[in-house]
Amino acid sequence: MTTTAAEKATHTAPLPSALALGLSRAAVETRMFFREKDAVIFTFSFPIILLVLFGSIFSDQFKGTGITVSQVYTAGLIGAGVMGAAFQNLGIGIAIDREDGTLKRLAGTPMPRSAYFVGKMLSSLVIALLEVLILLAIGVFLYELELPTDVSAWVTLTWVLVLGMAGAALLGIAASSIPRSAKSAAAVISMPFVVLQFISGVYIPFTELPPWLINISSVFPLKWMCQGLRSVFLGEEGARLELTGSYELGRVALVLGAWVIGGLVLCLMTFRWKGRRDG
Amino acid sequence: MVPQEAYRPDAGAMTTAIHVRGLTKRYGDVQAVGGLDLEIQKGEVFAILGPNGAGKSTTVEILEGYRKRDSGEVRVLGIDPQKPTREWRAKLGIVLQTANDAAELTVRETIRHFAAYYPMARDPEEVIAKVGLTEKADVRIRKLSGGQRRRVDVALGVIGNPELLFLDEPTTGFDPEARRQFWDLIKGLAAEGTTIVLTTHYLDEAEALAKRVAVIARGRIVAAGDPATLGGRATAKAKVTWADGLVETDTPTRTVLELSRRYDGEVPGLAITRPTLEDIYLTLIEAPE
Ligand SMILES: Nc1ncnc2c1ncn2[C@@H]1O[C@H](COP(=O)(O)OP(=O)(O)O)[C@@H](O)[C@H]1O
Ligand SMILES: [Mg+2]
Repeated sequence: MTTTAAEKATHTAPLPSALALGLSRAAVETRMFFREKDAVIFTFSFPIILLVLFGSIFSDQFKGTGITVSQVYTAGLIGAGVMGAAFQNLGIGIAIDREDGTLKRLAGTPMPRSAYFVGKMLSSLVIALLEVLILLAIGVFLYELELPTDVSAWVTLTWVLVLGMAGAALLGIAASSIPRSAKSAAAVISMPFVVLQFISGVYIPFTELPPWLINISSVFPLKWMCQGLRSVFLGEEGARLELTGSYELGRVALVLGAWVIGGLVLCLMTFRWKGRRDG
Repeated sequence: MVPQEAYRPDAGAMTTAIHVRGLTKRYGDVQAVGGLDLEIQKGEVFAILGPNGAGKSTTVEILEGYRKRDSGEVRVLGIDPQKPTREWRAKLGIVLQTANDAAELTVRETIRHFAAYYPMARDPEEVIAKVGLTEKADVRIRKLSGGQRRRVDVALGVIGNPELLFLDEPTTGFDPEARRQFWDLIKGLAAEGTTIVLTTHYLDEAEALAKRVAVIARGRIVAAGDPATLGGRATAKAKVTWADGLVETDTPTRTVLELSRRYDGEVPGLAITRPTLEDIYLTLIEAPE
């Protein structure tokens, strides 16, 4: 790139790197999130309350497995919690950014646009991890959930969470363009998410669901994320509770990976930096 | 190595900040901008004056690279705003007409964060002091008054040390005291050599800040030039009125002398008036196509 003398005279310093600004955005986004009490409560409380509630109501064991219903819920709600922190939080948050002028202001600065997305993804990763830790603690202390002891289970946990989080976050970024306004965003984003939780085996075991519903939920990442999490926390005897009698980890990786790539393509194709009234 | 001769302050390309020819933009049935020409030099303070809906924001946001034009030729600091680069953005400062973002951050956090976007940012503390927010530096933006919030907008507009600063209706909603302080701030920036383009629907604001003004109405320039001579103000006929007469004349002094002779001394109810800027402005923006 060539610069003229005048540019050299006034702007000699190089532009800050996209990565550094992405990290800086992540710090700012995370700080803003935790200062907004409503958003914090909205994001964190739902899975926590449900886990405590369900855990107290259903304390039975699944026949001949030594696995309790509350342990299954812990695994499922960790998946739902991650998706809430990534998909729901970003879908609503970006719709608000679009309306309150955040996106417009950023677009007028030399910040590379990728830094905004890096910031959003990293901050939702932090939020999702915190949620996982809280739910795990509840599971371990209240419902005798056992943390995995072998390395391979931790490796599985890591890739399931990272892929699931990334796919859900990208889906949330794409979904943020759907609501017509920030006011409608909470409803437009949360409704399908709640439905998805019901058909993805978070609250109701797959054995109770009609096949056509399972077919629908199998398209989305939540079912596969929860399945991967059950493989980590319920161990080998839990596999018998799965529809296919196996956790199908290969398929879990495939579907979650496809969502990361598909979500990225969807974002690149549909993301709007402007609100509907911005001309 | 670029030779020193490349600095030629007299070369056209180096002194023109904004060049606009035949700019148009349409929204459905509304011709928001209907054929606009502008030529703004570096170091100038230029005001785009016009009533609500005249097309000020549309014009400015096209220059800032936010909106696409339908037709016309536009160069801002030598670049077509529809093909913006990060380097170009680093030289612009933008204060939009409305913004409610970053509510949960403090003034200092926000300004520091935005400073990181620019290669040659100003010192955040200095900018905070300049916009008069030192006492509010650690207050969250959500808790600021409208005027204080606008100062944050200006701080973010200048934090990158811009060559060219756009301000879209910067003082709408200010009380007179806040407006005066704001004008001083803008005058200070202009004195430092920043090229400033501001839009306003306040005539006194354009007069106080800008050496050159373009009055726009219904997307067209209806008058342009020095506010003092706008719309032929300086050359307009003076109106001489007295107890039982009225004359419009180019030579009011002679008329008064004649009257004085006729009344043999004091002329009862004598007044000489020229159209105020306000009168001219109202005629300009109300005139049909
Ligand atoms: N995004 C938009 N969609 C439709 N009409 C618009 C849009 N932006 C501006 N207009 C119309 O264009 C005209 C000029 O608007 P604007 O540039 O905002 O004027 P000003 O800033 O001078 O008040 C108005 O009639 C306005 O309603
Ligand atoms: Mg406007």
